[in-house]
Amino acid sequence: MDFSFTPEQDELRSQARSFLEATETPTWAQLAELGWTGVSVPEQAGGAGLTFLEEAILHEELGRALYHGPFFSTMALTQPALPPELLAEVAAGEASWTLATGPLVPDLDTADRIAVAAGNGVWELEGAERQVLSTSDETRPLGRLAGGATIRQLAGPEVLPEIRRRARAALALEACGVARRALELGVEHASTREQFGKPIGVYQAISHPLADTYAEVELARSLALRAAWCVAEGDEQAETSCAAAKAYAAETAVAACERSIQVHGGTGFTWEHVLHRLYKRAQWIHAFDASPASLRSEVVAVLLDGEGVR
Amino acid sequence: MDLRDTPAEADFRAGLRAWLAANLTRELQGLRGGARRFEEFGREWSRKLYDAGYIGLTWPEEHGGQGAPYSHQAIFLEEMARAEAPGHIGVIGLGMAGPTIVVHGTEAQKARYLATILSADEIWCQGFSEPDAGSDLAAVRCGAELHGDRFVVNGQKVWSSYAHIADFCILVTRSDPASQGHKGLTYLIADMRAPGVEVRGLRQITGEAEFNEIFFTDVEVPVENVLGEIGSGWQVAMTTLLHERGTMGFSLTAVLEVSLRKLIALARERGADAVQRDRIAQLWIELQALRYTNYRALSQLMKTGTPGPEGSVSKLVWSEANQRLTKLALELLGPEAPLLEDDAPLGGYWQWHQLRSRGNTIEAGTSEILRTIVAERVLGLPRGR
Repeated sequence: MDFSFTPEQDELRSQARSFLEATETPTWAQLAELGWTGVSVPEQAGGAGLTFLEEAILHEELGRALYHGPFFSTMALTQPALPPELLAEVAAGEASWTLATGPLVPDLDTADRIAVAAGNGVWELEGAERQVLSTSDETRPLGRLAGGATIRQLAGPEVLPEIRRRARAALALEACGVARRALELGVEHASTREQFGKPIGVYQAISHPLADTYAEVELARSLALRAAWCVAEGDEQAETSCAAAKAYAAETAVAACERSIQVHGGTGFTWEHVLHRLYKRAQWIHAFDASPASLRSEVVAVLLDGEGVR
Repeated sequence: MDLRDTPAEADFRAGLRAWLAANLTRELQGLRGGARRFEEFGREWSRKLYDAGYIGLTWPEEHGGQGAPYSHQAIFLEEMARAEAPGHIGVIGLGMAGPTIVVHGTEAQKARYLATILSADEIWCQGFSEPDAGSDLAAVRCGAELHGDRFVVNGQKVWSSYAHIADFCILVTRSDPASQGHKGLTYLIADMRAPGVEVRGLRQITGEAEFNEIFFTDVEVPVENVLGEIGSGWQVAMTTLLHERGTMGFSLTAVLEVSLRKLIALARERGADAVQRDRIAQLWIELQALRYTNYRALSQLMKTGTPGPEGSVSKLVWSEANQRLTKLALELLGPEAPLLEDDAPLGGYWQWHQLRSRGNTIEAGTSEILRTIVAERVLGLPRGR
C-alpha cells in the first residue's frame, strides 16, 4: 500500500504551481507546450502516455489558480470519447473541446469544437450557435447551444460512465485546489491582521474554523486522490469513490471559502479580493453534474438497496 | 501510488485473518475494555496474540518486537477491529509507556519493563490528568520530593483506565514545589502495589467503571525509576502523547467501519427515511475519507519516518463522526432507543456505544485542544497562550 506521489509527480505539481502563479491567462498553446493537453493521452496518439493521476494533479493546480479555459472540458469531459486522430490534435494543442451533457454547457467561450452526449453515445456537433450566458464564475461560463448538426459519432454509449467518473474526480480535485487556497488566504490574514492589540488568529473563534477547514481539505484530498487512482486503474470502486469525492470536496470548498470570507471581515466581501472568485468557482463545482445531496443518494442506494461496497 | 496491499502485506493480512478465524471465540468477540469479562479473559487473549507474533510489530527486535513495517501494524489494527477482536489488554503499556521507555529509558529500564509489556504479564496505567490539570497538563500538582535515593509521592490522579488492575503507572509529578508550568516536572515509573497507593473506580455515563482515581500518600519511588532526567518530565510526557495520538487512527477508523456496517444492517432491517439515508451516506463518505487519510499519513511515515500532518485530524474527525453515527442508530431504533442491555436490540450495543461516544471528544485531547494544536502547529497561526 503506497498512497504517496512519485518524485516525478511532485515535480509536475511544483512546475504547474510556478507556471500558473507566473502566468495570468495561460493559453491553450502554452498548456500544449508544457505537455498538459496530452498528459493522459496515449503515446501512440502523440501524448505523454501518463495516467489520470497526473492529469488529476493538473486539475487540482488549475482549480487553485482559477484557470480560465477548456482544460476540464477537453481532458475530463470529452477525452474518453475522442478517437486517436482527434486525441492527437488535442495533444498537439491544435484543438480543444467541450461536451454538452445537458442544456448548460461549460467553456463555450474558449473551446474550439463541440461534442454532444446522448443516450446512444457521443457525437460531434457542427454549425451550432453558441450563446455564452452571464455566469457568476466568470472563469468558467456556462452557455447554450442552438441549431447545428451532428456530423459524426465519436464514441458509443459505453464511454458515458467513464466520462461521468472523470468529470467528478476532476472537479473534486479542482475543489481541493480552491479550498486549499481559500484556507491559505485565511491563515495569512489571521496571522497579520491585528485587532484589540493582537493578531486575530490567536482568538479561537477565528482559529478553530480554520482548523476545521484544514481537516476537511485533507479529508477531501484523500477522497479525491483515491477517486483519481480508481479512475486511473479502472478499479471496480471507481463509481462510488468518484461520487463520494465530488460530494465531499464540493461542500468542503464552499465551506472553506465561506469561512475564509468571514475571517477576512469586510475585505473578504469586496470585489477586489480574490476570495469571491474562489467562492464562485466552488459554487460552480457544487452545482455542476450532480449536487452533493444527489451524489449521496447514489451512494446510499448502493449501500442500502444494492449489494453494498467493501 | 498503489492503494492495494503489496504481496507481503496481503500475506500478512491473510495469515492474520486465518489466525483470527481459528482463535477468536464467540465469547471474546465484541468484548470491550473495562468490561469485567474482558479482564478475566484479557490476559490470556493478549498472551495468545503475543505468542502468535502480533504484538510489538513495529518495536525494535532487540526489545522483543517484530521490527515489521508500520503497514503491518496498520493491517493488524484494521483486521482486529473488523473481526471485533478485543485488543491487547496492556494498551497503555504498548501504546504509551513502552514507546516512551524505548525513547527515554535507560538500558536497565528497557531490560526490566519492555518484554513484560508485550507479553501482558504486566499491565500499565497512566497518571497524567489531575482534578485541576486536564487539558492544561502543565498545571499538575502531584508532588514528588527527593529524599536521598527515593522520591516520596503525594497527590491525586484521575481518569486512569486500567489503574485497578495495573502493575505500574507512568506518573507525571512536580518534583520542584517552587516551579510552575512546564518546568520542574519529573516523569516516574510508579509501582502500583507500593504502600500508599489507593485506587477508586469512577463510574461513568455508561454505568461502567472503565477508569479510576489514584491517590498517592507517601508513596516511595526509587530514583532509578525516573524516566528521562529529573526536571525534564514535560518533554518525556510529550513523547508519550505523541504516541497516544499518532498510532491510533487505524483502529479508530476500523471500529467506525464495524459500527457503520451494523448501522447499515439496522437501516436495511427497519428502514430509513430520506434524511436518514442522506446521513448514512455522509457517514460512509467520511469513513472512506478517514481511511484514506490514514493511508496517506502512513505512506508519509514509511517514507520519511515521521507521520504527515494530515494524520493529526484523524481523531478529531473520527470522534465527531462516531457521535453522529451512534445517535443516528438510536434514532433508527425509534421508541426502543431508551431500552438497555438485554431488553434492547443487539443487547444494548447502540445504547452503550452512543453514551460512550460522548467521551470520544474529551479523552486523549479534547476536540478544542486538538483544533488549537492544528491551528498553531500545522497552520502556523499565532499562539494564544
